[in-house]
Amino acid sequence: MQSFAFEAPTTVAEAVELLAERRGEARVLGGGTDLISQLQEGRRTAELVVDVKRIPELTALNYHPDSGLQLGAAVPCYRMYGDPEVAAAYPGLIDSAELIGGKGIQGRASFGGNLCNASPAADSIPAMIVHHASCLIAGPGGQRTVPVEDFCTAPGQTVLEAGEFLVSIAVPAPPARFGANYLRFIPRNEMDIAVVGAGASVVLGSDGETIEQARVSLGAVAPTPLLVAEAGDSLVGKTVSDEAIDEAARLAQDAARPIDDMRGTIRQRKHLAAVLTRRTLTTAIARARGAKGPQHG
Amino acid sequence: MADRVVVDTTINDEETTVLCEPRQTLLETLRDTLGLTGTKEGCSNGNCGACNVLLDGVLVNSCLVLAPEVEGRTVTTIEGVASADGLHPLQQKFLEHAALQCGICTPGFIVSSLALLEENPDPSENEVRFWLAGNLCRCTGYDKIIRAVLDTADAPQAAD
Repeated sequence: MQSFAFEAPTTVAEAVELLAERRGEARVLGGGTDLISQLQEGRRTAELVVDVKRIPELTALNYHPDSGLQLGAAVPCYRMYGDPEVAAAYPGLIDSAELIGGKGIQGRASFGGNLCNASPAADSIPAMIVHHASCLIAGPGGQRTVPVEDFCTAPGQTVLEAGEFLVSIAVPAPPARFGANYLRFIPRNEMDIAVVGAGASVVLGSDGETIEQARVSLGAVAPTPLLVAEAGDSLVGKTVSDEAIDEAARLAQDAARPIDDMRGTIRQRKHLAAVLTRRTLTTAIARARGAKGPQHG
Repeated sequence: MADRVVVDTTINDEETTVLCEPRQTLLETLRDTLGLTGTKEGCSNGNCGACNVLLDGVLVNSCLVLAPEVEGRTVTTIEGVASADGLHPLQQKFLEHAALQCGICTPGFIVSSLALLEENPDPSENEVRFWLAGNLCRCTGYDKIIRAVLDTADAPQAAD
């Protein structure tokens, strides 16, 4: 592997200083499951690697039923599903935490790293988008907040400016009768990259039938994970029905603009965008009505 | 070359100080610097699990950990699995079930299975298969490995 210097700052301010000094030559190390492999293979370069896991904010995992979730950018997946309160409050986030890589990867890989790596097929990003999550960014100019759906700008590219890094992700507390889900299509049972991923969330009225809020997000069908606002909006005010879900699925399919590559064709991905949107909405609605347990498939 | 760094860590219950380059992975440090060659190098990109170790008790791919990251932390490798009295029950069951052929993947499977049984002492076959999905074996077809793990869980000494 290429040579680089290594620093493990213990405060956000120290990290900002290190990153600002080295500008484009410094890389932030979270769980390393993307970065170290990219450095090994020469797909990224670094003169300085800054391990941010000794900064308390980066490894904080705090949930409160009123204020929601503060998810440090370097919190590994296993800590999310290993926390009974977090797992109970956010089954839609846990769907993706449990299917990113194998157990050894989940021991290190973080949602924050998944965001910063900015893969169009990142599994955690659609799940975060449908939860209205936002990113807390620190940099030489201070701190700023960016909605998750605006964080990735192109494959491997994000809104982070030189000297900036992702500190944490804020996820609002789930309101009453909220349900969310993420699922993906892969040709194997596990350990693969999404051909298409889809996430959905809904808030139902007290009758358990009227859709008051809805969000749909797709992965691997565009240069960045997509928030398909029109698909969610089409459901608002409607009663839960196959027709309403089909219409949202059609709108999600229209929004998908995939490419042909080694994992799938445009035609297959367009088809999957509709099928997965239908399924993920159905599970999100079932969860909003109180259904428990993980959804595999 | 970047400056070397001193890393103080605990490996298999032994306090260890190692001089390394920041670019060295934990896997390279274990094998090349410390001579702990039980941990195997397979793909070196996190896909195969041959290099699995426990870092503060958590299963990780040591090819995707930088050596300086383990400062102040504890590492358990395959060399730390057996006791002075003999093989760990998991190792014994791997032998009994002939759950290996070429053996390159075996240390990773044992360490990964150890982490599983620590967390879930009585896993279903499905749970074992999903847990071990990050470990690749090109010889056995997996069935013998799965049976060895399930048999370890069923055996009374697994509770030790």
